[in-house]
Amino acid sequence: MIQHLPILQVIIPLLAAPICFILKEARLVRWFVLIANVMAFVVSIMLLQQVNLNGTLVYSLGGWDAPVGIEYRIDKLNAYLLILVTSISTITLMAAGKSLTKEISESKITYFYIAYMLCLTGLLGIVTTGDAFNVFVFLEISSLASYTMIAMGNDRRSLWASYQYLIMGTIGATFILIGIGLMYMMTGTLNMYDLAERLPEVEHTKTVFTAFAFFLVGVCLKLALFPLHLWLPNAYAYAPSIATVFLAATATKVAIYVLLRFIFSVYGFEFSFSHLPLTEILVSLGLLGIIAASIVAIYQTNVKRLFAYSSVSQIGYMILGIGIGTKTGLTATMLHLFNHALMKSAIFLALAGVVYRVGSVNIKAFAGLGRQMPWTMAAIVIGGLSLIGVPLTVGFVSKWYLVLALLESNWWPIAVLVLIGSLLAIAYIWRIVEVAYFKPALQNNQSYKEAPLAILIPAWIFVLANIYFGIDTSFTAGVSEATAELLFGVAE
Amino acid sequence: MNFLEQYNYWIVILLMMSGFYIVIAHGNLVKKLMGLTIFQTSVFILYISVSKVIGGTAPILNDQYTVYSNPLPHVLILTAIVVGVATTALGLALAVRIKEAYGTVEEDVIQEKDLQQEGSAE
Amino acid sequence: MDANLARSNQKKIRSRAIEILINVILLAFLAITALSLAFTKDLFASVMLTGIYSLLSAAFFVLMDAVDVAFTEAAVGAGISTILMVTTLTMTGRYENRKLHHPLIALCVVAVTGVMLIIGTMDMPAFGSDVAPAQVHVAPYYIMQSGEDIDIPNIVTSVLASYRGFDTFGEVVVVFTAVVGVLALLEFSRKESDITEKPAPMFQHKILRIVSKILIPPIMLFALYVQFHGEYGPGGGFQAGVIFASAIILYAMLFGVEQTRKAVSMPVVKVFAALGVLIYGSVGIVSMLNGGNYLDYNALFENDITGQHVGIIIIELGVGITVATAMILIFLTFARRIGKSNSNSGTKEGTA
Repeated sequence: MIQHLPILQVIIPLLAAPICFILKEARLVRWFVLIANVMAFVVSIMLLQQVNLNGTLVYSLGGWDAPVGIEYRIDKLNAYLLILVTSISTITLMAAGKSLTKEISESKITYFYIAYMLCLTGLLGIVTTGDAFNVFVFLEISSLASYTMIAMGNDRRSLWASYQYLIMGTIGATFILIGIGLMYMMTGTLNMYDLAERLPEVEHTKTVFTAFAFFLVGVCLKLALFPLHLWLPNAYAYAPSIATVFLAATATKVAIYVLLRFIFSVYGFEFSFSHLPLTEILVSLGLLGIIAASIVAIYQTNVKRLFAYSSVSQIGYMILGIGIGTKTGLTATMLHLFNHALMKSAIFLALAGVVYRVGSVNIKAFAGLGRQMPWTMAAIVIGGLSLIGVPLTVGFVSKWYLVLALLESNWWPIAVLVLIGSLLAIAYIWRIVEVAYFKPALQNNQSYKEAPLAILIPAWIFVLANIYFGIDTSFTAGVSEATAELLFGVAE
Repeated sequence: MNFLEQYNYWIVILLMMSGFYIVIAHGNLVKKLMGLTIFQTSVFILYISVSKVIGGTAPILNDQYTVYSNPLPHVLILTAIVVGVATTALGLALAVRIKEAYGTVEEDVIQEKDLQQEGSAE
Repeated sequence: MDANLARSNQKKIRSRAIEILINVILLAFLAITALSLAFTKDLFASVMLTGIYSLLSAAFFVLMDAVDVAFTEAAVGAGISTILMVTTLTMTGRYENRKLHHPLIALCVVAVTGVMLIIGTMDMPAFGSDVAPAQVHVAPYYIMQSGEDIDIPNIVTSVLASYRGFDTFGEVVVVFTAVVGVLALLEFSRKESDITEKPAPMFQHKILRIVSKILIPPIMLFALYVQFHGEYGPGGGFQAGVIFASAIILYAMLFGVEQTRKAVSMPVVKVFAALGVLIYGSVGIVSMLNGGNYLDYNALFENDITGQHVGIIIIELGVGITVATAMILIFLTFARRIGKSNSNSGTKEGTA
């Protein structure tokens, strides 16, 4: 069975979804989904072991070798992302049982779980595949599933948010389709590694440039790069809390993976950074995103929306790291990708706890919560400190690498701007701290109890991970450096 | 001849862009989805144009023919058509629910109502 | 020069000229349809234009030798999507607001995108060229080898079901995802579901009723033909599924949704929607257990060709089942919503 690991990674959650559809009963489905998730997680760990032992794994689907058939290809970068996605999805799911009963009508809970599994399937499929068109197919699976999950929020604005995401997401996907079509037109292949071999022959044609541009714009729509982020704040704010945790922690990260794969592995560093002004574009958009989204975040009254804008600005950091175009910069991106997933999982899960008890995430409702729900608020505060980049949290580690990369390239003015971005983060985190700890509880507030353990424990797993990986950086930094080297190695 | 060679592609671009324009500029949610359909269908036309070999025939093996058009884009577009209709169905379902919840499917009215709601929540 | 050869050359040139002429006219029609769609305010007219656009593009696909694609586009674009859109319009209203949303900005975005694409066409290989990169790499393998590897005439089916079978699996999952999404959004929970149904609007048209009663069985039969003929000609599970569903949809339009729900049990249809995906997936599992890779049909039987044939028939069946049930479920869910949506349109709050 060992040689089948790559495909098992995807078909376990995939086949779990239709089985859940037949099972129907929500409690049964919940356990089934959890088991499938744990299995997927175990498979991803085994995959990383295999990759460490044997190097890149190649698996030909249908027994047809690429480029005739579709192949799965797993190297360190994919394996790392697979672990990230499956672990976060599993831990988030532990909190789902409690949180969903409060936010979704009972008859729809099964559908939510199925959509969750399908979304997971889509994301895993994107990460494992080595075929450009297969990326599109699985991207659409994950997108349709996430539109469904978002629309199930209990505010009517969730419907509008989902519709907006559907339109922008489909435009993005169609751009990606155009990009893939043009690449195919110029090379005759869809396999990523075959493309990498064949693109250099035609790299000076305008068609290949156009293909690259459309693909990039499409992916950037999906990963909500400023100013293509318009769908994200409402989608995160009004989706059911569990969907927000899952999407915030994984979906944008997978989009960044696709970006990295195509910039470095398919087109190659040479093409992306020498023929195109990619550095200028990514650095300026990244910086704009960091500053503008942070400022907008300060003025939000809906706390989920506040952190959604914060996500847009954090994506800016990752894009900035890619834009620097050095190994250290890429290491910073990889680190931040992992770390940001931890931060946002902790924060949004804690917010799920707030929704469970208080029923609102308006900033006014937070008054006095610091005393009433100490553990929940502590999780948000520690997550927030991590977002700011305070030492001993993971946020510090990735910002440290980012500033280091900037200084290495002698771009100190940009480093200063990055630090200003952190100051802005202090401003929006402080607003919550101020209300929660220094304002008396509203008069009509009955005293709220601590969030249920089923939500609190998963949230604190992420909080502790934030601290643990902030102190012991050997695993994350090691893996990030290895993947950065790998991506540059492919480019050489 | 050069004009005719790229004529297909240019018209296809015009088609794609009119679909794209409808998606962005129109405010009616159902109309936007129609625009999206046109946009996607036009991309399909682009793919299928790539597959054509002049003098070729449909890719169904037959001893009479030796030149066939490229079957691969056909397969890709079959998949893409299905993806397209799936997206349309979901988008229409959302439009129906939005109509029920907001009483309208016009973008500007919805946004106005959202602003009002946020204002009253303050 | 040999007179015979000259005559056949002349014939070739003439047929080529006609092909170009049809090509130019079809594209011009497509352009007119797309542009008039942008200016029409009547949404019913817009739906019809969208349908016409799909039908025209299906005709264009035939011209481009893509018969399978044409078949699907006609069934889906002109068929299913049109029906779904019309159903939606009965709930959301017929006319759109005249106000455009930042038309100038939109025009700029579109212009920039268009110019980018036109720049992209500059270095494209000439249209229809047989030495373009797309025609000399990978594709020749399918054309030369599929006869030997899989031994069915329709190369598109070979690629779809075997060489790139996993993409098709993904496609089935996309359809399944759409079903889950539509049900999650529009299905009534138990207590909401007791609506009394008005008689179907078409029921009083006797001619329509009789004609469709005559038509429904042949449509279903045709669906089965398309299902099992996909290896030899254009067709396959997807097209068959859509055609089968259209027979049920026709029935529902004439005799009403509730009547249809009595004829076709919803829980069973739901189970089948999931079952199609599972059938497809389990073919892969079986080949894995037999020592092959996932979806490797060669591993199904001793004889590779038999394995390929059986594998393709089974997965096409899975596709057909999921697509047919999915389309039925989606349509019926939409149609049932009409009653509630219209009674609710006065009140503004309606979210669950």
